[in-house]
Amino acid sequence: MSSFLLKKIISLIITLFVATGVIFILIEVVPGDPVAFMMGLSGSTEAADALRIELGLNVGPWARYVDWVWGMVNGNFGISYTYRVPVIELIRERALVSVPLTVYALFLSTAIAIPAGLISASRRGSLVDTSFMGVAQLGVAIPNFWFAILLVLFFSTTLKLFSASGFPGWDAGFLICLKALTLPAISLALPQAAILSRVMRSSALEVMNEDYIRTARAKGLNKNQALLRHGLRNAMIPVLTILGLQFSFLLAGGIIIESVFSLPGLGRLVFQSIVQRDLIVVKSIVTLLVFSVVFITFIVDLLYAAVDPRLREGN
Amino acid sequence: MKHFSISFIVGGGLTTLFIIAAILSFFWTPYDVELLNIKGKFATPGFEHLMGTDHFGRDILSMVMVGTRNAIAVSLIAVGIGAAIGVPLGLWAAATCMNGSRIIDELLMRGNDLIFAFPSLLLAIMITAVFGPSIINAIIAIGIFNIPVFARVSRGAALSIWPKEYISAARVAGKGSTRISYEHILPNILNLLIVQATIQFSIAIIAEASLSYVGLGSQPPDPSLGRMLNEAQTMIFFAPWLAYFPGGAIVALVLGFNLMGDGMRDILDPKLRQRSETGKASNDAS
Repeated sequence: MSSFLLKKIISLIITLFVATGVIFILIEVVPGDPVAFMMGLSGSTEAADALRIELGLNVGPWARYVDWVWGMVNGNFGISYTYRVPVIELIRERALVSVPLTVYALFLSTAIAIPAGLISASRRGSLVDTSFMGVAQLGVAIPNFWFAILLVLFFSTTLKLFSASGFPGWDAGFLICLKALTLPAISLALPQAAILSRVMRSSALEVMNEDYIRTARAKGLNKNQALLRHGLRNAMIPVLTILGLQFSFLLAGGIIIESVFSLPGLGRLVFQSIVQRDLIVVKSIVTLLVFSVVFITFIVDLLYAAVDPRLREGN
Repeated sequence: MKHFSISFIVGGGLTTLFIIAAILSFFWTPYDVELLNIKGKFATPGFEHLMGTDHFGRDILSMVMVGTRNAIAVSLIAVGIGAAIGVPLGLWAAATCMNGSRIIDELLMRGNDLIFAFPSLLLAIMITAVFGPSIINAIIAIGIFNIPVFARVSRGAALSIWPKEYISAARVAGKGSTRISYEHILPNILNLLIVQATIQFSIAIIAEASLSYVGLGSQPPDPSLGRMLNEAQTMIFFAPWLAYFPGGAIVALVLGFNLMGDGMRDILDPKLRQRSETGKASNDAS
């Protein structure tokens, strides 16, 4: 087990290093000079040089890369070019919207998909199964931002149940904020729930053919009892992998959904920063999102090994 | 005669319809997509304009036709890039793996993992942050994301073909790994790759629409389904048809391709037919 863990940790660290390298190279070859952009046309050369020193842009790329990575290790992401505040503070503020949205959507997606997949599997071929899978087929094909627009049309314009956009801020109270995040979370969750329920269904069907389910049935459990008590844990293994993958889809998808609903999250910040050429913010957010994806994959690998002892043996 | 499933007929029908509309849009659209007609703005769907008009009086049906053509073109090129780079990499990885050297294989697979760590949208955002938004950059971003998918699928499939007897026969006949890969492995995994390509194609359609929606894809005045939805958003309260038709077109196109892919898997790979009843998980995962 420990050699397995060691191998995984080493590969995690290498991935993170290469990823930061790729991000750094891509953002540093940018044609636009942030200093020239900030100074505008009227800036003098001396002022520009002073700003370059202030922002640490006066040294070579290697030194900047090392500084950047070392800074991040210490929780210092640098200063935003346009907002002139530490990037970490900007991110913290926006993450308070994005992270709850992602978690909310992940919760909804799981809460819908796992029961739906299990019911479909246990009544395979029935009308329920056919209609669930039909809806899932449709759900995979619907772009989440279009679904979001339809939700706004129906729930905000016609029924007037939810506001069409905006976020009141957590000071306004937990429930009010939860309500503001509900439509965005539903539109994020739908396509993921569609995929997840299909995986859950096929995984449960596969498990139901196993010998131990037949044994359980022979001992007198009915089909559903056997599936829930003996099959579910085994059937969850592929579902777990997909859940890990979905986290990254939800984070990225959140970027778009945030702009549909004008939520002040990380996605909006990224787009604003691109327009303003505030590349240090873009760099930091992309890095953080990539880190979280890599880290979640790492955790899923470990969970996998915890669930299935065969994986610890090295293969 | 081969047996065609309902999903193949429905999916194939939808896809054919869109491809005809896309090709037709090269020669003819009901109205000129760049023709502004302010007097006729916000016409409701009817005889004159089957899908209505937008805030500039442009005909929505014409824009949907051209937008569909652009979406198909972007996705085809992006998936093509992914396959053209990913498949040779996957074949190469499998071949070196079979020759006993795992270094190349290991490197390629770690590289794959690395690309997987960047959600496609994030990659597109970085590329556009650096090079500016354009349809070419959207194609590159979606294409890069497709490389590891094809590399992984072709590597896995190739590894299962290598131990076959006819491969050993080809080796004895003096063929090198590269020749074997292209003359014997590739034809045998082509079915699988075609099915994967249809799946990737529908993912690419949604990715293109998402990128255009946030302004990182095709630029005005080129009609794009995603950007039409973005522009529609401020007007849906009084002109909801602006959102219905472009979105419906995306859904129908993606649904058509997905159903056709399912049907094609059954036809091209009879061995999978039995498995696909129980084991769709592997495909859904991508």
